[in-house]
Amino acid sequence: MKSLNEIDTISKRASRAKGFSWGVSEEIGKCVRLLELFNLPGIKNLNHYLKKYDKNNFIQLKLVEKNNLSDGKYYCPISSGVSFLDQIKIIEKYVTIQFNKIAYPLLFLPFVSRASEILGKRIYIKLDEKEFVLNFNQSIISNYSKNEIWENTNIISITFLENDNSFNDDEWIEMTKFANETFVDESDELKEKSAGAGLTDND
Amino acid sequence: MNVQLRSPKEIMKLSRLGCFHQSKLSFLRSFLEEFKDWKYSRDLFELDKDGYGKAIYSFSKNKKVYSLICFANELHEEERSDRVIATKWDAAFVLHDGVPSKKDIDRLYENVPKQEVGRLSYKELTLSRANKSVRLFNEVVKSLSEGKQPDKKLLSKVGYLYRTTAVYGSGKFGLADRFRIQNRPELKGPFRLEMMLVYFVRQFTFDQINHIAQNKNKNNFVKLDEKIAKSLGIGNSTGLGMAPFIVNHPTLLNNWVQSRENILKKIREIEIVKEEKFKIFYDCLRKSIINVENWNTDSEFQKSKIKELLEDLHKTINYLDTLDKKQKYIFNVIYKWIESEVCEECLEYLVSMFMEPFDEIVKEFKKKMSADEDKHFTIPSYRTIIQLRDILENHYSEIIKLDFSKKENNHNFWFISKNKEEPRLGSRFKVNGSELEQPLAIARDIKKLYERVIVTKNSQTIAEFLIENDDLRHVIRRAFIIEKFPYSEILDNTIGKKLIPIDMLRFKLSFFGAVKFDPRSDRWLRICMFQGAPLPNQLENFDDKWVYDSLN
Repeated sequence: MKSLNEIDTISKRASRAKGFSWGVSEEIGKCVRLLELFNLPGIKNLNHYLKKYDKNNFIQLKLVEKNNLSDGKYYCPISSGVSFLDQIKIIEKYVTIQFNKIAYPLLFLPFVSRASEILGKRIYIKLDEKEFVLNFNQSIISNYSKNEIWENTNIISITFLENDNSFNDDEWIEMTKFANETFVDESDELKEKSAGAGLTDND
Repeated sequence: MNVQLRSPKEIMKLSRLGCFHQSKLSFLRSFLEEFKDWKYSRDLFELDKDGYGKAIYSFSKNKKVYSLICFANELHEEERSDRVIATKWDAAFVLHDGVPSKKDIDRLYENVPKQEVGRLSYKELTLSRANKSVRLFNEVVKSLSEGKQPDKKLLSKVGYLYRTTAVYGSGKFGLADRFRIQNRPELKGPFRLEMMLVYFVRQFTFDQINHIAQNKNKNNFVKLDEKIAKSLGIGNSTGLGMAPFIVNHPTLLNNWVQSRENILKKIREIEIVKEEKFKIFYDCLRKSIINVENWNTDSEFQKSKIKELLEDLHKTINYLDTLDKKQKYIFNVIYKWIESEVCEECLEYLVSMFMEPFDEIVKEFKKKMSADEDKHFTIPSYRTIIQLRDILENHYSEIIKLDFSKKENNHNFWFISKNKEEPRLGSRFKVNGSELEQPLAIARDIKKLYERVIVTKNSQTIAEFLIENDDLRHVIRRAFIIEKFPYSEILDNTIGKKLIPIDMLRFKLSFFGAVKFDPRSDRWLRICMFQGAPLPNQLENFDDKWVYDSLN
């Protein structure tokens, strides 16, 4: 088994060899490491992408908009990912962001995962029919778990999820009641003797 | 009294970093401190009469076990090389997490002697190999087999029986990644598993030499005297492979140096220094001079540094003898004197020595020597150009004055060799390959960044700037790291003609706790580790000042 350190290093060097800058190659190393840590086929997809990679074959996305639509080539997942990560504080306002074509979408995913951590919000991303929830870069929940090369995706929707509770107020109140069963009823005597402070707190 | 921290602009110069010495903060000393109450045992020792075979050593505590597995092999003279290009060694070692099964040992037997071309698993932590210091090893075997202890003078000249030529960890060749073990309290300090491996190897060298001598002459042989064994360490040959590490791990670099600087500040701020504390410092200093006197090297560069160091140490002793020991802030008084009176080599030597009496201060900082590097990896792209410009002007003020259009400032380039995947340094104007340069010319790239930043609108965000300046992304990241970690960067030109690469190696090795730096060229050196350290059976209640007690 290759270590994550080896995966990071080889991804960085291979990307540099294909013409990415050192700084971007460092980002790729970290992202492929992240994919492999989450048991997603990072090396397999990067290897395939680098074999096909020519800067001119893919759209190098510089500025992320609310709608990023291409009528021809696919977006490069790396430049799209780097821009998404760099511009996350600006594009947060869009709430939902659409792309229509991204090549090797798994390579785009870890950049979004890192953005989730920066933002402090979960991000929901739908790549065609496959769904992912990126949890502050701590984990990825998905209905996709294939160890395959995924060459392109045509409809991409990204939503920044508000930090809302997953439960309602009634459920919380019920849970609080259970939790309160671990407490001791205070008699007047206990009130007087057990607390550290005096009976009045303004003396 | 509030003493200012020494400026990174003064400390992070290569010539200064190349003057650092071991101290109480050194990793091998903190390793011994951490593992002193672990149970040591030799679990297997299956060597033939010539010392070839396998052995296992372990440290255990509360069901936690670390095992070193040693494979000693016959090595023909023509196969022996300390250089990284070697493919065979006298012995190969691996540190295993837990107790190895027979299956593990068989697997490791197939892979560990092959080193870089073998494969390890997540159950292995560190990997190394070593060669005998042949002449000395044979002399010691001869003496012991004849019933005599070896000549101490000869031993002291070399200082070790074996030299390691590389120690690998952190996921190399399939070894366990750092994340798997980083939360174990006993491994909180940097390079702790590498130190453990080297410490076990040292014991193996003594056991092996006793075993061979015994088999040579069963009736007359004597065991190597423990006092003599204690005075021997493990050698190490280190080349450029180590140099990029301190560039590639900026937050870690910061934490090492900043801890040292904070300790110095705290010591200088002590108003009343008890007499016994001063005495510890003074005694360690006096004893340590013997180590310096026995520091042998053929390097003219190092010889002149040692000569100057010795002269200045004697000068310091004379000064200390005349000093009023009862005066307030005595270590600040001493520091101010040495700052103006002694060479850089001696200054940094004395800074290390200052720490000896102050366990209570050093202890706090030993815990701060590691770093969570990933935490600071992402560029804060919401920041603005004016903020980046301020960082560059404040932290890299000397660097941005350098003129990289001058050949002498742009003379070298760092690259990775194809055959050994090891870092190398080449002359840009003499050898091919500079188009494959590694991103280690930080000063040059910072200067390039500054030139672009000063012509960019101040209010522009870093995210916007990156759109057109993606080629400098690696140094933009570093600039935001140095803002938080002021000692994270070598503030010098790592590609200039005057570069002495061993300064980078020497700096890192001093934090390991290495002594007797012996440069063999400007690109590789030999050192000694654990010389004078307690043997494993002496770890309980050992004296932390052992560094100054080696026999020499």
